[in-house]
Amino acid sequence: MGARIITKPVNAVRRFLPSSVLGRNLLAVLVALIAVVLVLELTTPFRNAQLATMSYYAIAAVGLTVLTGLNGQISLGHGALMAVGAYTTALLLGEDAVPFPVAMLAAALVTALAGVLVGAAASRLHGPYLAGATLALAVGVPGLAIYFDGLLGGEQGLPVSSPRAPDWFADALYFLSANDMSSAKYLAYLGWATLLLVMLLLANLMASRFGRVWRAVRDDEVAAELAGLRLGRLRVLAFVVSAACAGLAGSVLAMVVRLAAPSGFTIVLSLSLLTAVVVGGLGSLGGALLGSALLVFLPPAVTNLGTSAGLTGVQAAQLAPFVYGVVLIVVILVAPGGVMGLLRRLWRAGTTTSSDQGGTR
Amino acid sequence: MSKRSRRGSAFVAVTAIAALVVTACGAGGRPGEGDGEGGGASDVGVTADTIKIGAHFPLTGVAAPGYSEIPTGTKAYFDYVNANGGVHGRKIEYVYKDDAYNPTNTSQVVNELVLQEEIFAMVGGLGTPTHSAVLDFLNSSGVPDLFVSSGSLLWNQPEKNPQTFGWQPDYEVEGKIIGQYLRDHLSEAKIGLFLQDDDFGDDGEKGVRAFVGDRIVAAERYAPGNTDVGPQIAALQASGADVVVGFNVPSYTALSQLTSMRLNYGPQWIYSNVGSDPALVGSLLNRFSEGKVTDASVLDGVITTEYLPGVEEKDNPWTRLWQRVWDEHGGQGELTNYRIYGMSEAYTFVQALQAAGPEPTRAGLVEALEKIGPELTGPALVPYRYSADSHAGLSGVKVVRIKGAGTEDLSPVLVTGNGDTEITEHTAEHAPPPPNGIPDMKPVG
Repeated sequence: MGARIITKPVNAVRRFLPSSVLGRNLLAVLVALIAVVLVLELTTPFRNAQLATMSYYAIAAVGLTVLTGLNGQISLGHGALMAVGAYTTALLLGEDAVPFPVAMLAAALVTALAGVLVGAAASRLHGPYLAGATLALAVGVPGLAIYFDGLLGGEQGLPVSSPRAPDWFADALYFLSANDMSSAKYLAYLGWATLLLVMLLLANLMASRFGRVWRAVRDDEVAAELAGLRLGRLRVLAFVVSAACAGLAGSVLAMVVRLAAPSGFTIVLSLSLLTAVVVGGLGSLGGALLGSALLVFLPPAVTNLGTSAGLTGVQAAQLAPFVYGVVLIVVILVAPGGVMGLLRRLWRAGTTTSSDQGGTR
Repeated sequence: MSKRSRRGSAFVAVTAIAALVVTACGAGGRPGEGDGEGGGASDVGVTADTIKIGAHFPLTGVAAPGYSEIPTGTKAYFDYVNANGGVHGRKIEYVYKDDAYNPTNTSQVVNELVLQEEIFAMVGGLGTPTHSAVLDFLNSSGVPDLFVSSGSLLWNQPEKNPQTFGWQPDYEVEGKIIGQYLRDHLSEAKIGLFLQDDDFGDDGEKGVRAFVGDRIVAAERYAPGNTDVGPQIAALQASGADVVVGFNVPSYTALSQLTSMRLNYGPQWIYSNVGSDPALVGSLLNRFSEGKVTDASVLDGVITTEYLPGVEEKDNPWTRLWQRVWDEHGGQGELTNYRIYGMSEAYTFVQALQAAGPEPTRAGLVEALEKIGPELTGPALVPYRYSADSHAGLSGVKVVRIKGAGTEDLSPVLVTGNGDTEITEHTAEHAPPPPNGIPDMKPVG
């Protein structure tokens, strides 16, 4: 009986939700946008900076979750695709500065183009072979920056002049919150606006015909092919969408970090993105978001915990990667479906009992 | 309820929420500018009895050996100063964070230091690519950025980056002094260069070429991270170079030694100061050769440069001071040249802070350092070049030969500047540290 009372308000809320997928997603993004403004205005400049960092990890992670979770292709090369976006942005925001939205769009386009090439090469490969091919990308691309050091700045990379908040935007937010616009906060707004836009587009894409056929290709290739789906094309398309996201992420990274340098795009970055989508829950956009939050907030929290427990700076710094590894192993053991999988399981357990009770009524 | 009205009510709900948010937070227009900072004298990171400063270092990852020891030395010296009453009665709180030598991480930890820890100044942040990622941020935030642990010329741009100061002799100055030594003492030799492929190698090459450009037969570059230097060493051997000058980091000193042993190539090696620490190179040689080479004895006879008294000069009064500081306030491990480097930077910072006066401000610290530049003394053998027009660090080095655990001098202490500046001998005697080991710089202005 009790469970029935709980479900009543849920149904009442549901009645208010728009019925179309696009409408629901738009509403969700709008709510998220309000939440983002509230969070950014209520937190310290340092949290703003961390949230800016989280935004670029998350943009790349949601893109990767479409590729890996929906289409079943593993990529170890997304860090390299982020490098393509970052360098494009750095070159365009250099001396003859173009407006930054143009630079971001160009970064997405150039990386999508790179995605066509890589995707075409990868569309015939499976599992470990695909991982190997994209791994080569992750190792090779930073080397290009060193080889063409005249254009790309070599080991030291290209400095990026990150955009400053226009007056109307700073004034508008001041009107809302009486807070001044710091550069960290503006970059966080920029990153989160991009992230929400990307998530809106991807959520719609996942619910569309493409989402369905990608899932079909992932789940049973032979059946999908018999149903007349062209596997190669679909795989390349998934790769291109995912690469464009990585390019945008790289562009935001370049503006937040203010530098595009090869040492920022090592294989570690690609692996971090993959762990973010796996820990969060493969195939879910919310999961990718959770995983990115873990990447950004866990290491400094562990380091500070270590320092306050009396460890030296060096020992505390070594503790962070260790704890990260332990968390990874625990999540994989306890919740193979990631955090989102765990939440879904709990939710389902809850709803099953309620319907059971309903049945006995 | 029909679909349409459902959608309508959703719209109304959202609009209501948005309106609520706007009115709830509304602050209206801005008040007039010009509310001055309260208190006046004090600044971010300064309290009545503490002053907080920060730095970024590679504490984990490939660059950690050696470099991770620097902040432990710095911290030991600050603890020593704090135990003796601090600076103008304030204790120095030193926070250092790991960036794993990755510029993306550097930007994150420096955000944390500046925005969360609210440090007064950055002191000794390490690395050229890493620190250049935060150069703009520190300067636009008005954070003094003192004594970058790197010899790149980037730190000496007072017009563009007024908050940033270098510390160690820059690589061009070091290259010039090595170049002059080659011209005067190895005048018959064919010269090869072994260079890290960034500013480090480029600036060093510029300095050497200014003196012996016509005798350089090969200039080979390596990309940091690629551990196979066989092609470069083979090319140097093929060019017939009988002197090889290396502007490289310690791990590449070890790699180049092992590779040239394998190729049976024995030129006179000259390594820049950065790459020649015998203790670290010895342990790296041991590791890379899997125990076949156990110590740095292969470095016997190698030429390098020096600007600080090293750990092996046990009788030097500065080394004695550092040993005492390390024994009293250090953590685990021995005193090393890297820890001495960190202590020497800390000593210079204490001087700058004393000069900034009893109520230090960020602007005052920068101004004080520009003023006291010529008066600064300390563990370094040569003077600093700080002034309103120059944020360059130490002005020179002496050329030495590694012999056993120590070194023997090959040249007097030489000083110079960038570009065409002449190289001159620095004859002033190197003053010992004050008896209590703490500098005594009078406040300026």
